[in-house]
Amino acid sequence: MTARALAAGRLAAGPDLGGSAGRTLTIALFVALVIVTLGITVWARRNTSGRDDFYAGGRAFSGLQNGLALSGDYMSAASFLGIAGIIALSGYDGFLYSIGFLVAWLLTLVLVEMMRNSGRFTMADVLSSRARHQAPVRTAAAVSTLTVSVFYLLAQMVGAGALVALLLGIKPGETFLGMSAGQAKVATIVVVGILMIVYVTFGGMKGTTWVQIVKAVLLMGGTLLMTLLVLGRFGFNISHMLGSAAQASGKGTPFLEPGLKYGKVVPGNGFQTVVNKLDLISLGLALVLGTAGLPHILTRFYTVPNARAARTSVNWAIGIIGVFYLMTLALGFGAAALVGHKAIVAQDEAGNAAAPQLAQVLGSWIAGETGGAILLAFIAAVAFATILAVIAGLVLASSTSLAHDYFGHVLMFGRPRESQEVAVARFAAFLIGALAIVLAIFAQNLNVAFLVALAFAIAASANLPAIMLSLFWRRFNAKGATWGIYGGLLSSLVLVFFSPVVSGKIDPVTHASESLFPAGIDFHLFPLENPSLVSIPIGFACAIIGTLTSREPSDPEKYAELQVRALTGAGAQ
Amino acid sequence: MRLDPRFVELRASFRRFIIPATLGFLSWYLLYVMLSTYARDFMGQRLLGDINVAMLLGLLQFVTTFLIARRYARFAAARLDPISAELRAELEADDEERRATR
Repeated sequence: MTARALAAGRLAAGPDLGGSAGRTLTIALFVALVIVTLGITVWARRNTSGRDDFYAGGRAFSGLQNGLALSGDYMSAASFLGIAGIIALSGYDGFLYSIGFLVAWLLTLVLVEMMRNSGRFTMADVLSSRARHQAPVRTAAAVSTLTVSVFYLLAQMVGAGALVALLLGIKPGETFLGMSAGQAKVATIVVVGILMIVYVTFGGMKGTTWVQIVKAVLLMGGTLLMTLLVLGRFGFNISHMLGSAAQASGKGTPFLEPGLKYGKVVPGNGFQTVVNKLDLISLGLALVLGTAGLPHILTRFYTVPNARAARTSVNWAIGIIGVFYLMTLALGFGAAALVGHKAIVAQDEAGNAAAPQLAQVLGSWIAGETGGAILLAFIAAVAFATILAVIAGLVLASSTSLAHDYFGHVLMFGRPRESQEVAVARFAAFLIGALAIVLAIFAQNLNVAFLVALAFAIAASANLPAIMLSLFWRRFNAKGATWGIYGGLLSSLVLVFFSPVVSGKIDPVTHASESLFPAGIDFHLFPLENPSLVSIPIGFACAIIGTLTSREPSDPEKYAELQVRALTGAGAQ
Repeated sequence: MRLDPRFVELRASFRRFIIPATLGFLSWYLLYVMLSTYARDFMGQRLLGDINVAMLLGLLQFVTTFLIARRYARFAAARLDPISAELRAELEADDEERRATR
């Protein structure tokens, strides 16, 4: 890297992200992080005995602590690296994600008290509270919890593999500790997977919560530092930053307007234009309606002593997450202006390295090349912590649901021994973690962005209808809940399978495939990439039809009981 | 309990807040998504230097989210929590009594 390239504020498009000294520092920080989090896990293991501890962290976290943990659970690597990358490459369109991801929390806020009061450990507790026979509803909820979590998990783990290979600067053809880039990716997926299994099986909810709190503090600190440095560079003049970004992007003012990436207008193809626009609306719906149905977020509501603390924690989360997404604007546009389009694409085509690259540029202004390496290593460690905290939350939520809903309520008819159920939860965490490692190794070359969008779409289509109708519809019953979950789940999976994401999307210029299947295989029947616009209505329709066709009479008594419990908290854990 | 006028009032005031608030923020968000999709000339109008309508509306989504969250927290603390605490205390006392006499 030449001094002139640094002085111009642009990195040469070289493979030396970090350099070898930087690589050593990055690894040292990673190791430090692993030691700290394992320390937390050992402490948490000593303080975890029964279900309340393992599933709900002893229900003793404060509103602020849980708010931080919610933020740590929610702000994934996709948010940190992905959104910054989309903004850096496509400008304004990345901001649409930030807005959807934040506004979604208002829906969570208005439902949080009722959810907290009417359940004990899982989403299925709420859904089955209206049912005479709980088993079918519990099974359905466990299936959808697992599906949502595994898709989300895969996205994070595949991302982790790519990210670490990238951050350690391992390029195809190079070796690191005797490993090629491909082997290093697999090694990363395995190591990250083992860490998450250890956090969850030993630390349970207490360990996971503290890992998420540490991550949230690190992520907010790192992002704030970078934001201040970027804004300082532009004299705290946002218009100046936007203008420079638009200029450096090579796209001019459209860079600051919606439409470069989503809802594209295709000249001469009216049908595709309409489809693209509907796709954008579909994505918008998935983002705003998905969050309230994410199992790993819902299980966090049970870690606080009461509904009021749960509300406070969501309020904290809204504040923290909102500030974070505002700062992604500075990261994304800052990277566009200061790193430059060419250097970002040279490092990673999807822009996932834009934030770390920006860190290197910013650090080098403070203290030359060393400063660049230090800030880069720090931000890399933050990204690593981000991934670990999110995947631990996902594994915990799915193993809780398997053990509590499926083992405890379906197999053991609601009468398992507590120690037995916790042992099953630990074993389930191990199984799910191992499954995720294997799947992630197979999926490591897939585009991960759609896995996250799919997880949100399933959460919105399968879980949200059942949750809303359980809480607000007098006639709702077990068949409605089961139908709603399976209907929303299947319709979103089937629609995605027959969408251009899986087959038939071809780059108009290069004729290369942009789908999972290679060019030439085309069985796409459904034009939208995001299924929500269709699958959410199907989820609601199935829930309503299931309810109305059920032979089981509706039970107004149970509904009244649930209402009293949900609003007063009487009888809640 | 569900016929207790205090509970009826609790549920009514909860719904009086969350139903309009939810419809409000969802339609405001959808309006923003629709404008981003179908009214790009309007969104691209520059207001102050390089800050355009799209950026301003996006930032306003953040502002309204923060405001609604704060209003709800205050509303719930002032109007919902006292009644629900009172009812909960009575319900739990009833339960204890029933358990004691059983």
